Parts: sequence; C-alpha cells; structure tokens
Amino acid sequence: MNPNPNIDFSHLCFLLFLQKSTKFFERQLSMDARRMSRAVPRVRQVGFFTPNTPAQQPQPQSAAPSSESPPLSDSPASNSLSPVMIPPPRHLSDNLGGRTAAVPVPGREISGELPTVGSYNPSESVLWLDSPPRSRIGDEELSEGAESSLGWYRRSDSAKFASSLPSGGFNLSTAKHPESVAAVEAKNPLPEQSEVQKEQASSSKPLKAKTTKAERRALQESQRAAKAASRAEANKSGTPGGAPSSKPMKQPPQKKDGPPVASSIAASERIGVDRSVEKERKKDLPPPRKQFDDESRGGRAKRRSVLNQPEARNRVELFRHLPPHKNGTQLPSLESKFFELHEKHPAVYKVGLQYLAGDLSGGNARCIAMLQAFQEAIRDYSTPPEKTLTRDLTSKIGGFVSFLIECRPLSMSMGNAIRFLKSRIARLPLTLSESEAKTTLCSDIDRFINEKIVLADKVILRHAATKIRDGDVLLTYGSSCVVEMILLYAHELGKQFRVVVVDSHPMLEGQKLLRRLVVKGLSCTYTQLNAISYVMHKVTRVFLGASSIFSNGTVYSTVGTASVAMVAHAFRVPVLVCCEAYKFHERVQLDSICFNELGDPDAISKVPGRVDVNYLDNLTDKQKENLELLNLKYDATPSDYISVIVTDYGMIPPTSVPVIVREYRKEYLLI
Amino acid sequence: MDFQVVVLAGGNSKNLTPLVSKELPKPLLPVANCPVLYYVLHQLEQSNLKDLIVVVEGEDAALLVGAWISGTFIDRLHVEIAAVPEDIGTAGALRAISHHLTAKDILVVSGDLVSDVPPGALAATHRRHDAAVTTMLCSIPVSGPSESGSSGGKDKAKKLGRYNIIGLDPSKQFLLHIATEIEKDARISKRILHAVGQMEMRSDLMDAHMYAFKRSVLQEVLDVKDTFQSLKEDVLPYLVRSQLKSEALLNRTPQGEENGNEKVSSQNNQAFISRILANASTPSFHGIYSKNPDGSSSTRKTHKCCVYIASSSSYCVRLNSIQAFMDINRDVTGDADHLLSPNNIIGPSPKLGTKTTVGPNCRLGEGSEMGDKCQVKRSIIGRHCRIGSHVKVVNSVVMNHVTIGDGCIIQGSVICSNVQLQERVELKDCQVGAGFVVTAGSEYKAESLAKKEK
Repeated sequence: MNPNPNIDFSHLCFLLFLQKSTKFFERQLSMDARRMSRAVPRVRQVGFFTPNTPAQQPQPQSAAPSSESPPLSDSPASNSLSPVMIPPPRHLSDNLGGRTAAVPVPGREISGELPTVGSYNPSESVLWLDSPPRSRIGDEELSEGAESSLGWYRRSDSAKFASSLPSGGFNLSTAKHPESVAAVEAKNPLPEQSEVQKEQASSSKPLKAKTTKAERRALQESQRAAKAASRAEANKSGTPGGAPSSKPMKQPPQKKDGPPVASSIAASERIGVDRSVEKERKKDLPPPRKQFDDESRGGRAKRRSVLNQPEARNRVELFRHLPPHKNGTQLPSLESKFFELHEKHPAVYKVGLQYLAGDLSGGNARCIAMLQAFQEAIRDYSTPPEKTLTRDLTSKIGGFVSFLIECRPLSMSMGNAIRFLKSRIARLPLTLSESEAKTTLCSDIDRFINEKIVLADKVILRHAATKIRDGDVLLTYGSSCVVEMILLYAHELGKQFRVVVVDSHPMLEGQKLLRRLVVKGLSCTYTQLNAISYVMHKVTRVFLGASSIFSNGTVYSTVGTASVAMVAHAFRVPVLVCCEAYKFHERVQLDSICFNELGDPDAISKVPGRVDVNYLDNLTDKQKENLELLNLKYDATPSDYISVIVTDYGMIPPTSVPVIVREYRKEYLLI
Repeated sequence: MDFQVVVLAGGNSKNLTPLVSKELPKPLLPVANCPVLYYVLHQLEQSNLKDLIVVVEGEDAALLVGAWISGTFIDRLHVEIAAVPEDIGTAGALRAISHHLTAKDILVVSGDLVSDVPPGALAATHRRHDAAVTTMLCSIPVSGPSESGSSGGKDKAKKLGRYNIIGLDPSKQFLLHIATEIEKDARISKRILHAVGQMEMRSDLMDAHMYAFKRSVLQEVLDVKDTFQSLKEDVLPYLVRSQLKSEALLNRTPQGEENGNEKVSSQNNQAFISRILANASTPSFHGIYSKNPDGSSSTRKTHKCCVYIASSSSYCVRLNSIQAFMDINRDVTGDADHLLSPNNIIGPSPKLGTKTTVGPNCRLGEGSEMGDKCQVKRSIIGRHCRIGSHVKVVNSVVMNHVTIGDGCIIQGSVICSNVQLQERVELKDCQVGAGFVVTAGSEYKAESLAKKEK
C-alpha cells in the first residue's frame, strides 16, 4: 500500500467539502467506509455461496457444443480474474479521487478483451447483439441508484485488503467456481460503463497505464498459473500450455454454452442471487448513522429521545452533521426526569449522568463503567412473563445503549464491547435457566474487562517498556491511561528517562497525568501544544494513546494527537501508539470530519480562572450570530505518521491493523 | 430507581399555633383551599414516585391525614401512613420507621414544602456523586408582601434567625459547612478547609428540607447517635463535619467477594480497574484528600455531602410560619399558580350578590355565598362561607364554613374554619383560630385569637 494516494484522496475530500457538496459526499463516504469495512468478511463468504450457482448452470449447458462465446462467456474469464485482477487499478483510481476515473478501468479490460474474443470467435456478431440486453440487465440490477458505484468502491477496497492477506484459499475458491457470486457482482457495473469508458479511454488511458501496470502485472503473474487455461480461452494471445489442467477444464464447456436463452436464464438467476446477496449485505450493514443536519431523519429520533436536542445554531457549517454537545444545558432536564425513566436501570442511569456531566472520561474508563453498569442491570434483570430472555434482554440492553448514546456518543471501543455482549446474549443456549444465563453473562463481562482491558494493558506495558532506554526523553500528549501505566512501569523497572507532557486547552487533562507522574517521582516537563515544535528536537520517543484505530491504520484520538504525531514525524522521532486491540475498528476513515464528537463550545470561549480574559463575553446577540465556536474532541492521524502500534498482540505496523481486526473478531466471538 | 420516599408530614406545629389544631393538623392546613401535603404528594406523583411513606406525628393526626390521603389519592398513590409519637423530631421519626427502609437511597421530604423543583433532580445529583447525603438548597424567598406594609414585623425578626450559613466548595457541588443560626462564631473544620482550599460562604440559601440519604449511612448514624433529634440540626451537620474522617460510616465492602483460588488475581484486577476509573474521573477534593499526603496506599475514608441548588426561577418555600403561610397563599394564587393542578383552581362558581367585586388572584371555594357590595382582593375564601354585604376582604385567607357578618373589614388576616365574625368587625393582621366567635363591632390589630383549650 503506498500511502500517498491516500493523502491525495483526503485532500480531494476537503476540496469537495469546500464546494458545498458536504452532506452528499459525506454520507457517501460514510457509506463507503462502512462497505469497505464489511468487505473483508464478505469476500471470504464467497466460497460458501458459490456452489449453488455453478452447480445448476453447467449441467444443462455443458452439452452445448458451440464454440461461440456469448456475451457471458467472456465474463467468467474476467470474472475469475476480477476479484484479484481488477481491484488494484480501481484502488488506484479510487485514490485519484474521481468516480469517473474508477469506471474506465474495468471497462478497459473488457474493451481490451471484447475485440480479442470477437476476433477469435466465429460468432462475433452474436456477442455484439447480445450486449444491449445485458447492459439492460445491468441497469436493472443497478436500479438501486448509486449502489453500484458504491459497491464498486467497496469491492475495490475489499480486494485491496484481500491482496494484502495471504490469499491462497481465496484464489482456490475462485478458481474452482469461476461463476462465483462475487464475480457476478463484480461484473455488474461493467456493461453500463463500457460505453462511457470507451469515450474516456483515450484520456484516462495514459494515466492508468502509468499507475496500474506494475501492480496489475504482479497480480497477473501470481494468478496466471492458476488460471492459465481460462485465460487461454479468453484471450487467445495467452499462453496455450496451461490448458489441460483438470480444474480449468470445467470452464470451457460452460463458456461455450451457446444459446442466448440459457445465458439469459443464467443471468436472471444471477440477478436473483445477486439481489439476495445484496439484501443480506444490507442486513449486515449497521443502520446508517444519524446525520444531525438531516431534518427528515432527525424527527423520529427526536421524538423518542430522552433529551431534547439543542438547536444547531452557531455551529460550524462543516460539522453540522455531528450531534451537538449536550453538557450543561441538558443536565437539569435529564436530572428532573430521574424517576420517570424507571425502565433505565439506576446503574446505567448513573453512568449516563456521569458521561453527560463529564465526570467520567477516557475510553477505557467509560467502557469499564458501562460494562459494570450493564452487569449490575443484568443481575437485577428478570425476564417478564411470556418473553424469552435472549430477546428481551437484548432489546433492554439496546435501550440502555441508546440512552448512553444520548448522554454522549459512544466510542468505538464501547461499540465493540456492546457488540460482544449482544453476541454473548444471542449465543446463550436456550437450555440455560435464567439465573444461570445471568451468571454466565456477568462472568463473560468480567472476562471481557479482564482480558481485553486489564490483561491487554499489562501486556502492552511489557512490550512498550522494552522500547524505553536509559536517557530517553519521552513525550506524551494529553492523558492516556495506558501511557501513564507504561511510564510508571518503566520507572519501576529503574529506567532513567524524562517525560515531556504536552497538554492543550480546554480539557487540560495533561495536568492530571502530570500530577500523578510527579507524585511518583518521575521528572517531567510540562508544556502546551503550541510549543510542541520547540520541545520535539530533544525528544527520543513519542508515546500516544488512542481512542480507536481503524482498518487503514488511521489513529482516532484526542484532538491534537495528529499534530503531535506529524511534528514528531517531521523531526524523525518514532511515534508509538499504545492501544488495546479491543479498540480496533474495521471502519476505514480518512479524515476526522465524517465522524467526530463536538465538545462544549463554551469551554473554549471561556478561560477558567481568568476573569481578565473575557473578550468574548459581552457580545450582543446580533454579534454572536457571526460567531461560530468549534470544539472538536477527536482527530484522525494518518498511518504514515505512526511508527508502530503497541497492542496486546505485540508491536505491529499500522498496516497490520486489519489482520488483527479480522483475527480478533473471530476470537472474541468465541470467548 | 431504588429510591424510597419518606414524607415527614409533621403534626402540630407551634409556629402556626392558632391555625393548626387537633382537628386540623399541619399537613392538612389548606393552602389555596388545598391541604399543604397535597403539594408535596402531587409533586412526587408527577415524578412517578408512587410508593410513599408518610410519617405523621400523633395518632389522631395520622388518622386524619390517612383519611384525607386515601380519599384524595385513591388508586393513584400507594401510601403507608406511619404514626410516631410527638416531639421526637425528624431524626426520631426516621429512627422509628428505620426498619421499613430497604432501598439503597432514601429521599426524605418535609411535608410542608411547597415547591416545583423536581425531586428527581436531587436524586440524580445524589446518584451521580454517589454521595452519602445530598440536600436541596433554594434561594430564600422574598418574605412578606411589600404591600402589606407593617404586617410581618415580628415575623421578620424571627426570620433573621432562620438564615442558614452554608459553605460550598468552588464548584458548588459539595456542602462543606452548614449552620442553622447565626452564632457568634462559626466552627469550620480546618481539615476540610485545607482539603478544599477555597470555601464559599453563603447566607442567601435555604435548606429546603429535601434530602437524599444513603440508607446505610442514615441508619448507622441514627443507630449510633441516638441523641440526635433533628435531621437538619443534628444529622446533616454531623455528616458534613465528618465527611473527611467518616468513622466507618461507609463500610463499603469492596464488591469483589473473592472466591478462594483466584483471590489474589481478582483483587489485583479490581484494584487495576478502580485505578483506571479513578484516574479517568474528575477528582473531587474527597478523592484527592483520601490519597494524600504521600501517595501511600492507605486511603482515608471519606464520604460526600452534596448539594443540589435549585435554580432561582423555581419556586420553593416551606410552610413553617404564619408569614410563610400568607406568602405561600399569595404566591400560589399569583405567581406560582402552576403548582395547583387545574381541577383545584376553580370550584363551582359561588353565589355573588349585586355589585360585589372579586379581584384578581383570588380563589373562591365551592358553595360560598356573598352579599351585596362586597370587595375581595388577593384573598382566598374557602368552601361554604357565608359573607354578608359590605364586607371587604383584602390579602386574607378565609377557610371553610366561616360566617362573616355585614360590614366587616378584614385585612391581612387568617380566619380558620367555623369562625363566626359578627357585624362590623375589623381585623388587621390577625389570626383567628378555629371555632372562635368575634363579637360585633370589635377591632383587632396584629393579634392572634383562639378558643381557650379546655
């Protein structure tokens, strides 16, 4: 993965934002991200789905002796390649930013193939006659609007992941079942775009040729051995030698099935499969996240919500889609409803209040507090008559979660923990009695806390401490509980080092950390973020905490972290991000605009304890209309600036995050 | 929400002597034709608190109160009436019903509180801080109607003594000092002052007698300190004083009941988790203090005393004096009329004579009759009163079944039930006890008239 295109893309994002297409693009991107994120498991499912389709098709058609290749015939070839072949170029064009740029690539392949097929085939005309209906089918399938192009991106990225994975099994399955669902899906957009692409071919070609060739060729090479025969069929120019292997032998008959009727049947079947897959995929996806500037969607949620939303006035245009900050103004109204919300368990309520009042912050602490509250709620839970524990408890937990979200948006880590808990509930054996089920769940929660947080932290300590040498000057930003523990642990080991604590308004969390460190006898330097470039040249290591790490290696952390990491990068200081693996998230995020959290805008306009700094105080209401305050809570640090991520699975480069996410998710379902 | 509500309704009150009697205990004293207890119960009901314990002093009063509650809130509230002996004080009353208390936290409300502050707010604050006690403070109401001139001379003098001296921490969340009376010198714990660093002394706040207690703490205090009489004067100051050296009050057993083999590791993990939680939460001075001074592991026991300060826009007054009674009557019909639920506002329209005027901010109970050319201003007239002609009633409260003869002038007075005022009586700033008969033509000023108890 070369990172530069990523940056380009984020730049482009920004430009687009400035072009006031904010919301549309925003939503698209978020969907994109979700799809991408889902992509890894989907690709792996392919193997399971395929047997249906090909099993039906080849049997009746294999008898057809004709050597012509109908419209579909070329698709297996490209299909079989597509999951591996096509992605890299798309990935690239994707990075170049234009959807139009993404389109031509697959099309070009077809256009490259079609003529060769035609020249080879006796029935060239059939092919061209057939293509219009096919494109219609394609349109039909794509009638869900932007779905296709989005799906396109998704796939491209899935393949990007796939390519980075050990792809042996994957290759095998595609080789066995060339008509695999994924392949069909991948094909869909092609026809529609083939015309467009032809027009653009000339303009876009040079670009692609430059960027894609190397990668594509590498992949081609790797695939060539497995698919030599199919290739030989498809583009006659390929090597003729590989044909007689047993697996590829299956393909030719299939390809040579003559009747367009059969092909249309096959196509329709495919559509069916495709739709069901599509549906399933939709089911898989989490519901689209609420956009707070979206009136139509906001309405229902508003009616349901416990807290009333403050109006979106005086908020920065670019961030209007984020949920507004609720602290302070909302606390009294929530408090006064204390007894009315009796369906919320007191423990959950307490945690919610603490989130809202800002008494409790920090990813781990919030997650632990939430889990312990759930634990208490589960202990007090009794299944109402005529309901099953599994369903009722799940909905109950859901209610708690939505209450907590209203108090403060959840962090990724909490989302993961909730997903874990819900999966545990869903997997409870029906034979368990209620009390058994409850104790099982409680011990599961305990184990989650112990293994994923406590033990993980201890492992991280050990790993990170090996990177601290005598005489080091360590810099940290804000107050991360893992980093604090690392520093204390290293100090206990007797290592000689100094700590620079960098802090920023308005939270000034660093002071809390500083106090604890100084009390323990570490020698510290305290400075504000503004002075970061002046202290950095003395620093030998930067330790940072994280709220979450995304699949593309982006580190989502307290606002200011990105600046620290970038400055460190510029000074060639290694940046170590310490983060428990349960905070990893399969989402891909490129900027900190799509998903973020807004803090209390008043917190930045007022300086606590400084009465003389009151320049913003006595503005009239009219003047205040011109003032927009932005207090962002998080930012995203691109993976380029991260040297290593210290996690409970060891020290890994940011590129390995998706691997952990994949392996880890499997494991934590099994706990 | 694991809260139990105790309403301390009281019984006879010496402060309200002519108004309350054996037949009319304080909880049933009508405020705008509605017993004062109704306001508390209504507020609790609105907050979805339906299981209440109402503690009344005296068996007779308990019977009366019980009868009224079951008549009014039938099917709406589940109320247990507990009768306690008189003069055992608020703490004594709680001690008497202590074995009924089972929930984690206890909300104690005084029965004479007329307020629109939701009790949930107090409870939420209590829970959020995990406090031992949380008390509600409200700003001291403006006493005495300005237009009634000299009305409350002596009451005002009394009021001065009721000021609370309250010490708050800079974040206005914790109670550091509370003293009821102005004394020559206030004793403030040096330890607390040192731990907090800064204390704000306020005298413009009033203890509203709405408390949330942690049950374990409350019961232990009541058990150990069996001389404590009053919540406000004994228990609360004691808890506030001892918040940094709580004497095993909070023997909060750590939740992890370890089971043998994995004892050490689980303890270890518990400590780990609690450290994470403690580091992440904003530390109150309690936390900092308990960790001091040298970061040693031996933590000192503390408990938190929190306050909930009602916003200045909310209404919150206690009915504990005649002046307060007048004020509440005025406010409930005037500014704070949202306290009355609609069905209590207007009874069936009374019969009015010709040329009789009823001014704004008045309540007339059902079945009252008035003669010709009467004037009623800013007053409350109860049920089934018979008022003759040429009567002037200003700034007064007339309870039920009162007969007022022709040509009476009543200003700033309270006239209890079954009183008979004969012709041409003039009353100014008087309280007339139940069943009293004022002879014709008499004039009284700032006096309290009551039947001699036999």
